[in-house]
Amino acid sequence: MAELFWLIPLIPGASALLLVLFGAKLSRRWVAWQACSAVFLSFLLSSAAFAHLVRLPPGAPGLTKTLFAWISSGPFTSPIAFAFDHLTAVMTLVVTGVGLLIHVYSTAYMAEDRSHARYFAHLNLFTFFMLVLVMASDLVLMFVGWEGVGLCSYLLIGFWFERPAAAKAGMKAFVVNRVGDAAFILGILFLLANVGGSSFSLINKAAGGGLLPSGLMTLVAILLFIGATGKSAQIPLYVWLPDAMEGPTPVSALIHAATMVTAGVYMVCRLSGLYAASGPASTVVAWIGAATALFAAAMALVQNDIKKVLAYSTISQIGYMFLGCGVGAYAAGMFHLVTHAFFKSLLFLAAGSVIHALAGEQDMRRMGGLRKHLPVTFPVFLVGALAISGVPFLSGFFSKDAILTGAFAGGQYALWGAGLLGAVLTAFYMFRLVYMTFYGKERTAMEPGHSIHESPRAMTIPLVILAAFSALAGYVGLPVFFGEKADLFGRYLASSVKSGSPHLAVPTEGLLVLLATASALLGIALAFVFYRRTPALPSRLASRFPGVYRLLVGKYYIDEVYDAVVVRPLVRGAEKVYERFDLKVIDGALNGSAAAAGLAGKGLNFLQSGLVRDYALAFLIGAITFLGFLLL
Amino acid sequence: MNAMITNVPLTSIVTFLPLAGALLLIFVRGESVRAVRAVALAVSLLTFALSLLLFFGFDGKSGLPEFVEHAPWLGRGLDYHVGVDGISLFLVLLAAFLTPLALLSSWRAVDDRVKEFSFFMLVLETGMIGVFVSLNLFLFYVLWEAMLIPMYFLIGIWGGRRRIYATMKFVLFTMFGSLLMLVGIFVLYSAYHRATGGFSLAISDLAGLGLSPALQTWLFLAFGLAFAVKVPLFPLHTWLPDAHVEAPAAGSVLLAAVLLKMGAYGFLRLGIPLFPQAAASFAPALSILAVIGIVYGGLMALVQKDMKSLVAYSSVSHMGLIMLAVFSLNFVATEGALDQMLSHGLSTGALFLCVGILYERTHTRLIKDYGGAAARMPVFAAIFLVVLLSSAGLPGLNGFVGEILCFFGIFTSNKVLAAFGVSTVILSAAYLLWLYRRVMHGPLRDPDGLLRDVDRRELACLVPIVVLIFLMGLFPGAILRKMDASVSRYLDSLRTKAPVSLTWKPAARKAIPARISGDAAGPAQLDGRLER
Repeated sequence: MAELFWLIPLIPGASALLLVLFGAKLSRRWVAWQACSAVFLSFLLSSAAFAHLVRLPPGAPGLTKTLFAWISSGPFTSPIAFAFDHLTAVMTLVVTGVGLLIHVYSTAYMAEDRSHARYFAHLNLFTFFMLVLVMASDLVLMFVGWEGVGLCSYLLIGFWFERPAAAKAGMKAFVVNRVGDAAFILGILFLLANVGGSSFSLINKAAGGGLLPSGLMTLVAILLFIGATGKSAQIPLYVWLPDAMEGPTPVSALIHAATMVTAGVYMVCRLSGLYAASGPASTVVAWIGAATALFAAAMALVQNDIKKVLAYSTISQIGYMFLGCGVGAYAAGMFHLVTHAFFKSLLFLAAGSVIHALAGEQDMRRMGGLRKHLPVTFPVFLVGALAISGVPFLSGFFSKDAILTGAFAGGQYALWGAGLLGAVLTAFYMFRLVYMTFYGKERTAMEPGHSIHESPRAMTIPLVILAAFSALAGYVGLPVFFGEKADLFGRYLASSVKSGSPHLAVPTEGLLVLLATASALLGIALAFVFYRRTPALPSRLASRFPGVYRLLVGKYYIDEVYDAVVVRPLVRGAEKVYERFDLKVIDGALNGSAAAAGLAGKGLNFLQSGLVRDYALAFLIGAITFLGFLLL
Repeated sequence: MNAMITNVPLTSIVTFLPLAGALLLIFVRGESVRAVRAVALAVSLLTFALSLLLFFGFDGKSGLPEFVEHAPWLGRGLDYHVGVDGISLFLVLLAAFLTPLALLSSWRAVDDRVKEFSFFMLVLETGMIGVFVSLNLFLFYVLWEAMLIPMYFLIGIWGGRRRIYATMKFVLFTMFGSLLMLVGIFVLYSAYHRATGGFSLAISDLAGLGLSPALQTWLFLAFGLAFAVKVPLFPLHTWLPDAHVEAPAAGSVLLAAVLLKMGAYGFLRLGIPLFPQAAASFAPALSILAVIGIVYGGLMALVQKDMKSLVAYSSVSHMGLIMLAVFSLNFVATEGALDQMLSHGLSTGALFLCVGILYERTHTRLIKDYGGAAARMPVFAAIFLVVLLSSAGLPGLNGFVGEILCFFGIFTSNKVLAAFGVSTVILSAAYLLWLYRRVMHGPLRDPDGLLRDVDRRELACLVPIVVLIFLMGLFPGAILRKMDASVSRYLDSLRTKAPVSLTWKPAARKAIPARISGDAAGPAQLDGRLER
């Protein structure tokens, strides 16, 4: 079974192709079954390959398979080749596992949609490209998946394309990503030209062996990271992700929370040899991550759209992952990627269940008191909220702690402090969401006759499974005071990514854990005071600090700034250039010089007679003259 | 090679079959539109089928022209001399592939003087293929000029409102360039006579002349202007939007897909090999114009209100990348440029077909008149998107292969120019997806209920291109391998004739000891780049 691992991406790919071509003719049942089965098969194959991998002796290389030579021209070669090592296994299991649950959830969530088959075709296609991205053995093929998931993101954000906002958000996502991708391509070009190939093992070997000039490594690492800031929605290219919430909610869960947006983190871990060898680049990664974590968390504090809160939360949490990678704790970054995939997709799907129950309502100011109506959604949401807040013994607690410990152990106390502050904010905005949505007075504005109802089982079962993982997934990576070997996850990944910073003494680490726990509880307590005990407090605070409040609600006006500084000058400028330069100056000059070139006056009139025979005559005269000249 | 094929003058047949078909059309009654269309389509399809024999029969190991036919014609070196090599083969295929699709696409759009229309389309096909297969400069020039005539009529008769203005502009621009080329041909002809005492305009003979640098400079300028207009290179591009906007859809398809390629092909076949030292000294200037074209064309495309002129400006941008790669003068860039020429031919040809399909329904090309068309035209929406993405260079589709090879080739010659070239990744996504959003997405704007999905005939036009878009994107080796030897030979010939540095920034790349690839292809990279 395991040697068939290269089929893992191809099965959903084939299913997507069938759905694109014949989806309109198939029954809804068939479409749903086929789409889910394809991902399920991939999940089974991934599990088989994973089982094979862990039985291999330590140090043995993973599985590789070259399908064919794709692009090759002189020194440029790029094969279609897949690899399956420990790091890949984690990603494929997350993509196919969480992906499967979201496919199942979608069968109910999208059951009534007019374009049911198109939805599942795109969802399968996304799974295909995401698996290509994580299984590629070189950067160029990774870029294929990288762009491919971007395309699917575009298609699914703009799924309800009649809505102008959705169409606009889809396009924004693609174009902003392309800005990052241009830098990504330059990074690839530098590597191809200087390493002689783009396979990950080659790059990491070259970087680790000190064979590349350090300036070059830093440049390449930063160029690739700019690509990651696009895909993974970090400063300065995060602006597309909040808008991406225009897509169907399961899409937000799969693409814009659990998998695609974490591709940048995966890329950095995949090239941990390169990043570890470049101190400046790692510093940039860590600080961008930390800044994004705080910046986005602050915006999440004041959002009223339930999905927007989760979107900013995703940006913030991915910032944590980069913070981990930047301080050298690559395994911790991956660990948080995995736990985040569980609890964030859980939160999104549960939010979807809320939205579903309220017939499309997303504004939390028109929710409240829903815990009585949603007996499954509420507890699983609570589990997700506790997990992301870092409350002890749930998954997010362990993974966030691993990152913070990594920062502290690396001597990066400022980054550690930023992470700790972020943890307070995270707990605060999550429980603000919980209180506004599930507690307090019912503020729903439902039409009479439409009662609030719990979602069907195809939606709640995935929620329960994800809740279980959100609660328990942390136990694969326990802190050091549970013993040297407690960090199963870190030891498992040791062969694929650079190992992290030195371990701390047990008492220090214990203290850090206590502080992290305290900050989570502080955030929850503050949310309780603000949104449960004294609900008037937020508005009092907002009127006390109107500037800060407006800044946050206005999302720091970054969209407006980009619009004013980049987009509008570019478009307006291009319009001016077109009207005043292209049409007048260039065209005018060329038309003028054509006239001046002996065709003035009557000659021009003659030529503009529009009579074809005149031109034919001229041509004939020319040709005869030419022939005559040559033959004489 | 198949013995049967070698005995048949296949190149000539592929070249002149369309002309024969055009002459045959004269004897078909013009009133029986169906018969005219059927004959024209059948002839062009047969031409394509025969051109496939060229493809499959082409060996490509030697890098020399194959299927060569050489016969005295007018004497004194004005010979009939044709053949295909790895550089021209695929352009011949492109012309032969797109002509039947262009004919088929015009079955509804053109219902006036169908016989004449089909006649000129077929004559145009012979002209296009003829230019690519010519191995003699005289034949090349005759066909290069002759090709103008059918294009002139196609735009002038079946064009839009400002067709006369656009036609004259197109003809004047092209003629102006060509006239200088003609003078250049005279000079070359006499230079050959002075050097050898014989007469020849065979391209291979002329390439070995060893002209003085001063003469090379003047001749390169004379030829280069003709080619630069055709490409079109910034700032000589303004005839293109006018010609495209006014041309009938079928004319736009061939104009964008094939005629523009003749400019780049002219540089590869004549401009650079005949005058290598001049080409090298002009490479910086031309590269900068090409880069300006990439960015400028992209920005202009962004603000067009007419779909056709948007696609026209996108061609200026894309052709800029191709020219930048051509003037990088190394192996990967040259193969990338050739592959990108084909890809651009397919995707831009298909873009014009798509615009034509929309225009046929609503009789407007203005973007603002559309909205939400995807709701009414789901199949068209999918195809249009694939075509756009192919043009935007999405990996897995054809555009990416040429683009990444161009990028890499340009990068090895000059990193700064490559960085500017890469901006096309952003710009093309912006103007194409913005077009798509405004036309296909958003609330439906179709007050008169004119939008309906593609019918079978339209599918028959588009599906072959979509299939090729995928095949070329996934299996580019089938094309690149047939180019390899010819491209190597082309670059070798430049090196032997121009021992001085051909890249204009030799210090751009220091030898980095860390080349750890160790594969055999490694050193070839340096060899291909002609810089020592």
